[in-house]
Parts: sequence; C-alpha cells; structure tokens
Amino acid sequence: MAREIAFVRSEMLGEKPPPASIVGVQGWIKDNLFSSVSNSILTVVALYLVFVILSGILPWIFLGIWNAESLAECREIFAERYGDGTEYACWAVVKARWHQIVFGYYSPDQYWRPILGFILIAVSIAPILFPKLPKKLFFVSFASLFLYPWLIWGGSFWTPITAALGAVIGFFAYRYVTERFGFLFGVLAGCAAALIWWSFISGFAASALQSAIPATIAQVSSLNLAGFVLSITIGIVAIVASLPIAIVLALGRQSDMWIVNKLCTGFIETIRGVPLITLLFVATVLLNYFLPRGVEFDVILRVNILVTLFTAAYIAEVIRGGLAALPKGQYEAADALGLTYWQAQRQIILPQALKISIPGIVSNFISVFKDTTLVSIVALNDPLGIANNIRANSDWNGIVWELYGFIALIFWVVCFSMSRYSMYLERKLQTGHR
Amino acid sequence: MADQTIQPPRESFNLSMLLYDQRYRGLTIQVVVLILVLSGFFWLANNAATNLAAIGKPIRFDFMDDTAGYDISQHLIEYNSTDSHGRATLVGLMNTLLVAFMGCVTATIIGVVGGVLRLSNNWLVSRLMTLYVEIFRNVPVLLWILVCMFTFTALAPQPREFRGENPEATMKMWDSVAVTNRGIYLPEPLFSRPLGDIDIGVFKISIELLVLLGLLAGGILFARWNAARANKIQAETGERPTTIWMAVAAIVIPPIVVLIALGFHVGKPELTGFNFQGGINMSAPLIALWLGLSLYTGTYIVEAVRSGIESVNKGQAEAASALGIRPGRTMKLVVLPQALRVILPQLTSQYLNLTKNSSLAIAIGYMDLVATLGGITLNQTGREMETILMTMGIYLTISLLISFSMTRFENRVKLVER
Repeated sequence: MAREIAFVRSEMLGEKPPPASIVGVQGWIKDNLFSSVSNSILTVVALYLVFVILSGILPWIFLGIWNAESLAECREIFAERYGDGTEYACWAVVKARWHQIVFGYYSPDQYWRPILGFILIAVSIAPILFPKLPKKLFFVSFASLFLYPWLIWGGSFWTPITAALGAVIGFFAYRYVTERFGFLFGVLAGCAAALIWWSFISGFAASALQSAIPATIAQVSSLNLAGFVLSITIGIVAIVASLPIAIVLALGRQSDMWIVNKLCTGFIETIRGVPLITLLFVATVLLNYFLPRGVEFDVILRVNILVTLFTAAYIAEVIRGGLAALPKGQYEAADALGLTYWQAQRQIILPQALKISIPGIVSNFISVFKDTTLVSIVALNDPLGIANNIRANSDWNGIVWELYGFIALIFWVVCFSMSRYSMYLERKLQTGHR
Repeated sequence: MADQTIQPPRESFNLSMLLYDQRYRGLTIQVVVLILVLSGFFWLANNAATNLAAIGKPIRFDFMDDTAGYDISQHLIEYNSTDSHGRATLVGLMNTLLVAFMGCVTATIIGVVGGVLRLSNNWLVSRLMTLYVEIFRNVPVLLWILVCMFTFTALAPQPREFRGENPEATMKMWDSVAVTNRGIYLPEPLFSRPLGDIDIGVFKISIELLVLLGLLAGGILFARWNAARANKIQAETGERPTTIWMAVAAIVIPPIVVLIALGFHVGKPELTGFNFQGGINMSAPLIALWLGLSLYTGTYIVEAVRSGIESVNKGQAEAASALGIRPGRTMKLVVLPQALRVILPQLTSQYLNLTKNSSLAIAIGYMDLVATLGGITLNQTGREMETILMTMGIYLTISLLISFSMTRFENRVKLVER
C-alpha cells in the first residue's frame, strides 16, 4: 500500500532577499555605527563633535572674502553684509601674497627659475621613486645637481657646466685607479681629482668660457631666497648631501673596528640628542668662529651644512636598520665568494640595504621638510617668516589663521602624498623581497 | 711514531703587512681615522680659540654669576630679575622639564586612547581618528604651536571682561578657575597651620608636600602588604578576605586627617587691578606649547599603539574571548601587555622628540632653556660659545637620561615574556 503524499513541492523556491536590517544602508549603519550601546554612544558623541567643529569652521572658510585691498576693507565688507561683530576669513591676503609665500622675493619675471628647478627635482627623483622608468633619467638627476643651484642663485651658465665637468673627471679618475689599486684608493683618487679641478681649474675655465660665449642669468642674493623655495632648497640639499655621509656613518657604526665604531656612534648620538634649533644657532652664530679668520660663508650655506649633518645622523640610523635587517647569509655568501669588504658592500650589501631603507629615508625627508620651518627662528624667511613679514605690514596687521591655514595646506599636501608613497613602497617591499 | 705536526713557518713582521695583511690592516685604518678626526677637532678648536682671543672673549663661565636682569613670568622656583644668569638657566631648565613632562603625559593619553579608537569597529570613530592623525602629523609642529597660541589668545576672554556687575566672562568650576588670554589661573592649596619649608640651597621644598607623599607611599605599601596577606590566606583556606576597604582606608584616611589638621583650604585667584592674583598661573605660552606638542606627538603615539596592537597575534584576542573575557578586559589584560613590547621603543623616541621640540618655546615666548640660556642670557652677555655649547650639553644629558631610563623599563617588560 503506497503512502499517500498529499503534496510535495517539485521545484525549489527562489531565495528570499535578506531582511532589510542586515544589508544595504540600514544594515551597514547598524553594523558599523550602532552595534552595541557603547558604540551608539560613541557614534552620537562623535557626530556631535563633528557638527560643532564643522559648524564653526565651514562658514568661516566659505563665507570668506577674496577681493579686498586690506584687512580693514575686509572688515568693512563684513560689517556691511552681516552687521557688526561677525567676521569670516579674509582670503584676500592669500590672493595678494601667495606668490611671496611660494616663490619668496624673486622678481615676478624670474619665477620661471624656481618653477623649472622644481620640475627638474621632480624628474630627477622620479627614477628612484618609480623603478619602472628608464634608467637614463639618472642623467637628469646628475645634471640637476648642478643646474638647480644655478637656477636658484643665478650667475654664469658656465659655472655649473665646469663644476659638472669636475665630477666627470673625478669619476674617470675613480674608475682608472679602482681597476689597478682597489676601491678605497679609487674613491680617494676620484675625490682628489675632482677637488683639484674645482679649486684650481674650474673657476678659471668658467670665466674663460664666459668671456668667449656670455650666458648669464641675474644673480639672486640669499636674502631674497625665501618662502617654499627656501624650504625645498634646504630640504633637498640636506637629503642629497646627507646620503653619502649617512652611508659612511652607518657602515662605521656597524663596523668591527672599535675606534671607528665609537666615533660614528658618538657623532650620531650627539646630533640626535640635541634639538635642531640649537644646531641652527651653531650655524648662524658659532660656525664662523670655527673657521679660519676671514673665511665667511653665506648664512643659507651655513644653515644647510648643519641641517645636512642633522639629517645624516638620522638617515644613518635608518640605513643601519636596513643593514641589520639583511639576513646574515648575504654577508657570509659575500665572504665565501672571497669578496673584499668594499666589494661586498658595494655589490651585495648596500644595494639591498638601501632598497629596504627607502621608506625610512622618505619619512625622514618629510620630517626634514617640516623642520625647515625652524629656520624662521634664526631670522630666515621661510613661509612662516614671510607670514610674519606680511602680518607686520599695516594692511594685513591682525591676520592670523588665513596665512597659517594656507601654509599648513601646502605642507599638508606635500607631506601627505609623500607619506602615502612611503607606505605604498613599504607594502611593496614587504611582499617582494625576503 | 714520529709526531707529524707541521709547525707553520714563523713569519717575521714587516711594515708592508700593515697595509696588505688582513690582521693588521684594520689597525692601520683605525689609527689613520683617529689621527684625522683628532687633527680636525684640533683645527676647529684652535680656530675658535684664536678667533675668540682676537675679539677679547676667551672662554670663561663667570658670567653665570652676574645679575640676569630679566623677568621670567612662569617659574617653578623662586626667581626675580636680580638673580644670577645661572639661576635663570635653572628656571629655564625646569620650565623645559615641566612642559616636556606635561606633554609626554598628555601625548601618551591621547596616543593610547586614539590608538584603541582607531582600531574600533565603529566606522565613524575610527575614520575620525585617522583624520586627526593625518591632519596633525603632516603639518610642522611649529605651525601647530603658533596656531594654538593665536587661537588661545584670541578666543579666551581678556581679564577686564571679568569685571563689573554683568561681566562678559565668568570663572569656571565654582568660581575657582579663571581662563583668560594671559593664561589659566588655577586654585592653589593653602594651609592655615603650615609646617614650613626645607631650604636645600637651590630651591625650597614644602614639608606638607613631603608629609603627604610619605603618607601616600605608606598607604600603598600597607595595601600591598595586605594584598599579599590575603593571597596567603586564600592559598591556605581557599577563601579570600576582602581587601579593598582596608586598602582604600589606608591610602585615603591618613592624608585627609593630616590635611584637616594642617587647616587645608583652597586659595582662589582673584581679579585685582589689571590681572588675576593668587592661585597657580599657567601662562598662555605654556598652554599653547603644551597643547601643540601633545596633539602633534600624540599622532605618532597613536600610530605606535596601533602598530603595536596589530602586531599581537589575533589568536590571542580570540582565545581570550573564547575564555569568556569581555572585550575591554581582553584589551587591558591580554593585548596591551603584549603590544607594549612593540610600542615602548617607539614611545621612547617620541618622548625624546617631544622634549627636543619643546625648544620651539622660543617662538611664542615661553621661557624655557633655549629662551633663557641660549636667548636672553646670550644676548645680554655676548657669550655665544659658552651659552650655546652649554645648552646643547644640557639637552644631550636630558636625552641620554630619558633613553637610559626607558631602556631599563623596556628590559623589565622584556623579562616578563620568557
């Protein structure tokens, strides 16, 4: 006897959509903002804070005035529009003076020089930051080492050319001597050849070429070097000049030689133990005492020397971290191949160590760039120094947040993009190697 | 059997081995480097000595005993303008240490709370913390300090606004705290039957403070002894006597009794003339510097805490919640202690950075070490070499002390592990 089955569904039902409280906007809000009582309280408090801050700042920013001649005129307009007492941003000051904050005291027809300089820097850094670009771009990096100072300070075009020639001569001397007597002597010979060229022949050659084919752009005194041009110049010079010093210091600190090790450690720890502002005082007040009588440097050069030493100590620690992070097998393999110390460092250790140090070096560059604001304390006109000058002007006396906000925005854009890049690089290097 | 050991030929030492023999080459290089560095040092020192002698300023430190002649509004120890440069330097040093200490404490609180909130599963809160970190760390700290200073002096009311029948500004916290654009005035503890001070030469320490600290320490020691006793009883009988009330009583009651006996009362700041008098004064530059440094350094500590927490294996938190431990206690008892090992080295370097950045005080007129010794004292005496080198030396000492003590702390945390 077959059992009677009243009804059996012969086909599957379609899936029901999940309840509205789980998916979609409502579900997301429930999951992420109101998942528990404490979470809900946090959300409400945070929303309230956001509301308070934005309702204070947004009208101030967006009801601001862009067209006015002075702060007094801004205030008149506000009084006219909103009655007495309410004031919003007077962006007119930024409109009137932004070019000083960015370019300093160059005359407007010379603005192409810092702009070209910034483009040169961008192109020269590109092959380091993006390894896929053709390696030939390194020639631009080499050229801009000499062209950038020429663009910034001006003078005869032949000065950077002959200076670059000195570097080329030094390089060939290094190659020639290295093949015969080894790396250490090669470096010494290369440095010596370049120094001889620069101190005895270069100036002579430059003036001879200048009298044959004149090519000059107007000289800019260091006093007129100001604004973000000054910050970027100090930052770039510090990073470029400090890298070789930092590599030597890091190798010295990793070295087995007791005296070398202690000397490098002492230097690094002393520099890292004092605030940058005291080093800037050394640059502006003391450095001339330490040089023979009659030898005087330009104040920006002096500041640059000390900022370079400061940066070198910090980058040396980054590179030391990179050296220490390399697996020991790399050192042992180099030894097993019978490479000398310098051969091993140059061909096996340093390329890898420097590669993994790049994120650290980038974040150091960010802090150096931010630290360049300190030069305003020793009376150089970095963006903050210029802001002080503008505030001292009777037209804009009383302006505060508009100027600092503008400067902060530029710093923020530069530093934020660099830090994002460094984070991207860190992730990339983490998965790739080791 | 004849002994087959072959003796290596005894080499005689010759000079070329200094350059070509691996065993001696290191020595040669070190000696050369040492000679170069020493001669460089000698050259610099010699230049400095010649230059200073030529303008008639040989290095001497007796100017530190001269009268300073300038006022320092914010001082922790007694000071007036007739005191010496040396004492002004000490006041500046204590101001540096004060703002560094306050900044480190606040930045740590911001950092720990912010780091935990940044990992919160509340979308809005974690995004807000990210926003805070990215905004504050990518703008120079000097700019933040200046902005704090200008904002504080612009938003806080002037002292004269407290005056009159219907004042525009009123004092906060039951009329005991005055927030003005010159600074914040806090109530100060006063005693109607004071015990006096101990003068230890450089500055005075109040006996009341010592007594209170002693009583607190005694109370804490008693509480710990009591807890140890409770542990012992629990181990023997299985029942733990309640310790909390005895601990609270031991820590709280003796200080309160002493406070009443000494006639403790609060001295409120009062508006006299153009400014507030009495109470503890935190000047506007101190507050701006404190805020700016804490908010800026706080972002780095937020990141340190976040990376520390993320470095702890997820299984640890999962195991804790499998044992039924609530999320808050999991964080406190399981995750944070392990994260501490990653956080501490970064925390050390942030403390060092904050202390060094406190030297930016000179930009807003807070009289710290750089503003006294490296600022006004330098300008008044014209002794650049001595004052700047001393300033650097003092900062170096502070940095070394901080890193030394933090390293000891790190080692203690390390030992807990294995």
